[in-house]
Amino acid sequence: MTASAFVEIEDVGFRRDRRVIYDGLNATVPRGKITAIVGPSGTGKTTLLRLIGGQLKPESGDVRVDGVSVQSLKRAELFQLRKRMGMLFQSGALFAELSVFENVAFPLRVHTDLDDELIRLIVLMKLEAVGLRGAVDLVPSELSGGMQRRVALARAIALDPEMIMYDEPFAGQDPIGLGVLLSLVKQLNQALGLTSLVVSHDLQETLSIADHVIMIANNRVAFEGSPAVMQSSNDPLVQQFLHGSPDGPVRFHFPAPALEDALS
Amino acid sequence: MIDWIAGVGRSTLSQVSDLGRASLMLMQAIFGRSNVGVYGRLTVDQIYAVGVLSLSIIIVSGLFIGMVLGLQGYTILTDYGSEQALGQMVALSLTRELGPVVTALLFAGRAGSALTAEIGLMKATEQLASLEMIGVDPLRRVVAPRFWAGVISLPILSLIFVSVGCLGGALVGVSWLGVDSGSFWANMQASVDFFDDVFNGMIKSVVFAIVVTWIAVYQGYDLVPTSEGIARATTKTVVYASLAVLGLDFFLTAVMFGEI
Amino acid sequence: MYSRRLELSVGAFVLLGALCLAFLALEVSGLASTGDNGTYRLSARFDNVAGLTTRAKVSAAGVTVGRVVGIRYDKATAAAIVDMEISQDFAEFSEDTSASILTAGLLGEKYIGLSTGGDPNNLADGDMIYDTQSAIVLEELIGKFLLNMSSEK
Ligand SMILES: Nc1ncnc2c1ncn2[C@@H]1O[C@H](COP(=O)(O)OP(=O)(O)OP(=O)(O)O)[C@@H](O)[C@H]1O
Ligand SMILES: [Mg+2]
Repeated sequence: MTASAFVEIEDVGFRRDRRVIYDGLNATVPRGKITAIVGPSGTGKTTLLRLIGGQLKPESGDVRVDGVSVQSLKRAELFQLRKRMGMLFQSGALFAELSVFENVAFPLRVHTDLDDELIRLIVLMKLEAVGLRGAVDLVPSELSGGMQRRVALARAIALDPEMIMYDEPFAGQDPIGLGVLLSLVKQLNQALGLTSLVVSHDLQETLSIADHVIMIANNRVAFEGSPAVMQSSNDPLVQQFLHGSPDGPVRFHFPAPALEDALS
Repeated sequence: MIDWIAGVGRSTLSQVSDLGRASLMLMQAIFGRSNVGVYGRLTVDQIYAVGVLSLSIIIVSGLFIGMVLGLQGYTILTDYGSEQALGQMVALSLTRELGPVVTALLFAGRAGSALTAEIGLMKATEQLASLEMIGVDPLRRVVAPRFWAGVISLPILSLIFVSVGCLGGALVGVSWLGVDSGSFWANMQASVDFFDDVFNGMIKSVVFAIVVTWIAVYQGYDLVPTSEGIARATTKTVVYASLAVLGLDFFLTAVMFGEI
Repeated sequence: MYSRRLELSVGAFVLLGALCLAFLALEVSGLASTGDNGTYRLSARFDNVAGLTTRAKVSAAGVTVGRVVGIRYDKATAAAIVDMEISQDFAEFSEDTSASILTAGLLGEKYIGLSTGGDPNNLADGDMIYDTQSAIVLEELIGKFLLNMSSEK
């Protein structure tokens, strides 16, 4: 166990119903760095974030966050640990009945004793960072999908956590928004020393800010290392993914009987 | 003069909202742990959603059921020349059976299904998961206030239902069909016992409240987070809750009023 | 203001519930009319109490003055003893008061009617009424009627 690892995933096995998602997954997320998690759709990137957050429990193996086994924690301890993590959900997951302001203020209200004035200041700062200070009085249903995700990002960083997990923060963003978010992720990481985990399909952009890459494919880690090493890797799996070729070791199709058999 | 009326209005309003805050405090006492202020507040919000907003359907149904009882009871009782027993019949059927049962069934349809759908949608849109990741237990933040609100609201609604029903019976029996008002009420008072009838009816209502709300929040929390899953769970809430109410009612009646 | 209106309506809701409870207690179950000034207990011996139940009302001159609280069987005399609680407001029943079991309407419920006599002394807590008239049992009446019919033939 290296001192610089914030999250360690050791020989994790996980299944949904009977379908194997992971079979002996090993990876580490270095402390204070940006780690990109990439891989084909449906390989279990979101699942990995949920394992780290303790929302799912592995069938075998060990997930350690800051040296603590997540699956062995009691409910209350788990909630305590989660205060140190922020998570941006793939769908945004804003609280529908609260305004944008209250959504971002929510973690502050439940976990701190700050007075209203200070909370207001922090919320406006966070919203400014994602470029949505003007939307402060709207409710989530009045926002576009991309805007919702940015508000959710502001909420995830409201408490200044030690680690943030972004599940596809760039999806649905226009090129300008994407650029802003990219530099925001980078800034948060550099200014606050945040450990950042970014799941994204915008491969080149993500790799440009990442210090560490974990690629998941075929139930296991297909590649782990720095982006530069990944680019120059001659593993056919990695190459196929980087260049987006439909044929190769990674199956684009969800497991199924051969098409001819299914049609006949 | 106008000032005086406005003053009375204001002080009444402030007393009533005090009562709202007092029930909030009671909630805090029940929860009695950290952050109680917030959870009491949430419970009051939910009492508004499941209780206050169900008032109109409860009052209208109570009125009509009381009126129907008055009408039917009158035609049957006149055959035996004992229409003075109308008050007794209306009040006993309402306090013992119809009040608690019909209110619980209406509540399951009006508030229970809404609770299931709301919690289910929060699950489907990952709001529950996101609460968890913020470090807030959705069981305490989302489920508990809704549960308590249901448990508090349903007995109150049932009291209102029974009262309005008795008035509806009196309206038909006394004002329209001409049963003597004195013997209507005297007969009712002579045969209805506060502890045996009204109080037992309220116990039924509290039991129904626990069961119905519990089913509703559980179905919401446990559903498959898709639009079809929500539709299915909402239906389940209404069906299971209604069956549970009717089954439990037989059991409770047997224990309370029967000689079995 | 949103939150104040909500508080207000929840408060009003709870208040409405309390009012309804009071209404049910006072108007519907007449809780206040009994036991205002306390009660005292009288008993009466009947040969037959068929159809009388506890909680049946006790009335005098058509006014409800109390309630039946217990019915038991007395082995020694092979008769039924009915215990009644009478409100203190109606404390003046003479010692020669008679009690009869009456029926409200043809098929209505049974109740006890007290009619006071002329004795200057009044009944006190725990006293027994001996001058009683038992319940009319419909089957016996019909039986007698049929017997008369057949003997007339
Ligand atoms: N609630 C669930 N029940 C059953 N199977 C599930 C559930 N959630 C996800 N899965 C399965 O688990 C696998 C991994 O899902 P996951 O959401 O982690 O994928 P992902 O890598 O995040 O994909 P994407 O890039 O499309 O978001 C998928 O094949 C999916 O079918
Ligand atoms: Mg995903």
